[in-house]
Amino acid sequence: MVSVHNRKFVSADPEKCVGCQICEYACSYNKEKTFNPIKSRIRAVRVNQIANMAVTCRLCEEPACASACPRNALTQSKENGAILIDKDKCNGCGWCIEACDYGAMMLHPETKTVYTCDMCKDKTDGPQCVKWCPEEALTVVTSDVLAQKARLSAIKKLFNEKP
Amino acid sequence: MLGYAGRILYLDLTTGKSYVEKLNEETAKKYIGGIGLGMHLYLTKSKKGIDPFCPENPLVLSVGPLTATVFPTGGNGHAFISKSPATGGVGESVSHGTFGTELKRAGYDAVVITGKAEKPIYLLIDDDSVELRDASKLWGRSPSEVEDAIKEEVGDFYVRVAAIGVAGEKLTKIACIINDKTRAAGRTGLGAVMGSKNLKAIAVRGTNDVTIAKPEEFFSMVKEFHERMKGPAAQKYRTTGSTENLTIQNNLSCVPTRNYNNSHFESAENISSTIINQHYVAKIIGCNSCAMRCEHQAIIKDGPYKNTMTRIEYDNLWAFGPNCGVDKLNFIIKAAERCNYYGLDAQSTGGIISFIMDCYEKNILTKENLDGIDAHFGNASAMLALIEKIGKREGIGTTFADGVKIAATKIGNKTEQLAQHIKGLEVTGYDLRCLKTTALGCAVSFRGADHNRSGAATIDLRGKVDRLKAEPGRGKIIKELEDQYNLIDSLIICKNAKGTFYKEYEEMTKLYNATTGLNITQQELELAGERIQTLAKLINTREGLTRKDDTLPWKVMNQPITDDGPSKGAVVTKNELDLMLDDYYQARGYDKQGIPTTAKLETLGLTEHLTIITKKEA
Repeated sequence: MVSVHNRKFVSADPEKCVGCQICEYACSYNKEKTFNPIKSRIRAVRVNQIANMAVTCRLCEEPACASACPRNALTQSKENGAILIDKDKCNGCGWCIEACDYGAMMLHPETKTVYTCDMCKDKTDGPQCVKWCPEEALTVVTSDVLAQKARLSAIKKLFNEKP
Repeated sequence: MLGYAGRILYLDLTTGKSYVEKLNEETAKKYIGGIGLGMHLYLTKSKKGIDPFCPENPLVLSVGPLTATVFPTGGNGHAFISKSPATGGVGESVSHGTFGTELKRAGYDAVVITGKAEKPIYLLIDDDSVELRDASKLWGRSPSEVEDAIKEEVGDFYVRVAAIGVAGEKLTKIACIINDKTRAAGRTGLGAVMGSKNLKAIAVRGTNDVTIAKPEEFFSMVKEFHERMKGPAAQKYRTTGSTENLTIQNNLSCVPTRNYNNSHFESAENISSTIINQHYVAKIIGCNSCAMRCEHQAIIKDGPYKNTMTRIEYDNLWAFGPNCGVDKLNFIIKAAERCNYYGLDAQSTGGIISFIMDCYEKNILTKENLDGIDAHFGNASAMLALIEKIGKREGIGTTFADGVKIAATKIGNKTEQLAQHIKGLEVTGYDLRCLKTTALGCAVSFRGADHNRSGAATIDLRGKVDRLKAEPGRGKIIKELEDQYNLIDSLIICKNAKGTFYKEYEEMTKLYNATTGLNITQQELELAGERIQTLAKLINTREGLTRKDDTLPWKVMNQPITDDGPSKGAVVTKNELDLMLDDYYQARGYDKQGIPTTAKLETLGLTEHLTIITKKEA
C-alpha cells in the first residue's frame, strides 16, 4: 500500500477555477507537443457559466480502472499511487474508462491505448498544469491535505475568520 | 505554416455541397486571419450591390493563426464577416469564448457560407464531416437553449455552438450571433444574415492537433504575458471590470445620457461597478486560454427577476442604464439577459430604446403609437416591454427593430436628428462631443458607430491629447490605432488585453513568427494592418459609401453639451469634422473623398481590386 503522504495528486479548487482550459493546453503540449484537449490528462469542465472545474486522476485507493481491466494492463504504483499502463497489454477496450468515476481515464486517438495523469514524473518542476494555471486553482495534494483544508475552512467560518 | 489549419471550407446551403481549398502562404501573410482573411474572402467572393439577405451573399466565419493555442486571449477568438444589413457596408464582428478553438481543431481557418437552406437547418462540422441537420425544433428558441439542445442531440458535451435567436430568424437588422451562451458577435446585424440563410446555428467539434513553429520562443512569450496579465495592465478587467468606465467617464462628463440629452448621469452611483460587484457578480470566468479572465457573470438574487444570469460589461450597462435614464440594476441586468435570449445586439437595442424615449418625451410618439407603453426616460419597465416588442418583432417592434436610422425614416418628423447612429449603426457609450479623437475614429469606422475600431477613447480619457480639441495630427493617431486594432482582430487577440502588449508591432510580429514560422518582418505586419483597413474601405467604396457617410450623428454636431462640468459646451462642428477627415484621409493615402488612391493600392498589394476605385475616378 502507498502511504497517504506519498499519494499526491492534482486537485482543482472550484472557487478559483475559471474554466480557461490552460491546464489542458499545458498538459497536451508537455506530453504530446501539441495543443489538443483530447490529448490532455486533465480536462476542464464548464457545467454552466459559474460552475467550472478541472478534473484529473485522483489516484484512488483500490482504483476502479485497474480492477476493471480484463487484461491486467493497469496497475497502481506502490511508490506514489500513480496508475501505470502497460501499453502492450492494453487493447483500448475502454472498460477502465467506464469504471472511472471522474472521467480521468482516456483513450488516445492515435495509439488507441488508454492514458491518464502520471503527475509529470519526468519533470523536475512537477505537474505542468499546476505550473501554468494562472488562477492558482490547481494544487498537488494528498487526501490528508484536502481534509486539513476542509477542516480549517469550516472552523474559520465558525469563528467568523476570513478563509 | 503552423498555427494555421491551412484550409478553407466552402459551403453552399442551397445544394448542401461543400468543398475545401488550401489556404496558401501568401494569402495568410497578407491578411493574417480573423477579419483580415474574412474580408478578403468576402470581397473576392461577393458581387457589388448584393442584397445582404440574398442567398448569394457570403457569410464568412474565420479564426486566427493563434486560435486554439495557449497564447493568453489569443487562443479563443472567431469573427463573422459579411455585408451588414444595418450599414450596407462591410459587417464584421469578433467574439471570444471557446467556439473558435473547435473550428481550428476541426481543421479550418475560415468557412465561407453561401446559399439558403430550404427549411431551418443547423450546420454540424465534425472534423472533415460537414452535415446540414434539421433545425425545425430549434426555430424560435434562444441561442442558449439551442446550444443545450444541439449538445444533447449530438451527444457530445464538447461541441461548441454559435446560434441566432428569434431576432436573427426574423431578419432584424440588429441581430447578433451568440456563442458559448453569453458571448456575442454583436454588432452590424450579422445574425440576420444567418437567419436569411435559414441557418439557425453552427456547431463545431474538432479533434486535430494544433502545433506551433518555435515552442521555446512561444512559451517564453506565454510566460511573460501571464505575468503581465496579473499586473496593472489588466487590473481593471480582472477586478472591477469594464463597468468601472462608468465612474471614470461620468467624472469627466463623457457618458451619453438619455440619448445624448446629457453627458453626465446623475444616478451613476446607483449602478456603479462597486455595487455590481458587491451585489450581483457571482463569478468572473475566463475564455479559453485566457490568463486575465474578465467575464463578470451577474446574477439577480431576489425579486421578480430572481436567478437571471448574464454577463455585465460597460457596454450593456451603459446601453440600458444612463442611455435610457435607468438606474435600477435588476432591470438593466434583465434587459441584457433578454437581448441574449432574443439574439439582439445589446448596444443597438439600448440605442433604439433611448431613441423611442427621446421621441416620446418630445411628443413625437405617444402611448397610442407605442402599444400603450409609457416610454419616458427612466421607466425601467417600459424599457423591458420595448425589448420584448423588438425581440419578437411584434406590434411596434416592427417599426423599430431594424435600428434608429430606418425607424427615423419611417416616423419622419425630423426624428433623424434624434437618431444616434453612424452609417446606420447605433452609437456606443462614449460621448463623441467631448471625445474628439474618438469622434473621428467613429466617423471613419468602416462598420459604423463603434469605439472598437480604433479604441481612441483611451487616449482622450487619459488626457494624452486635448479631448475637447479637433486638430491636425488626430488623423495619424486614428490611422495608427486602426492598423493595430485590425491586427488584433485578425490575429484575434482580445482588445481587453491590448494593454499587455508593451511594444505592439514588435511583440505581435514575434508572436506571429513563433506561432507560424513564416518569419515576416515587423514592417510586413504593420503593412498588413494598413492593408486590412483599406480592404474594408474597398468593400465600402464598392457598396457606394463615400465621404458623406464618414460623419457624426446630428446631436454630436448640433447640440452642445449643457451639463455643468468639464465638458460643458462641447460639440463637434462641421469644420472640425472636415478638418479631421482631411487629416485622416491624408494620413491614409486616400483622396479628398476618402477613396484609396491607385498608388496606395499598389503599395498595399491590392491592385486586384483596382477597378473599384478606377470606376469611381472615371
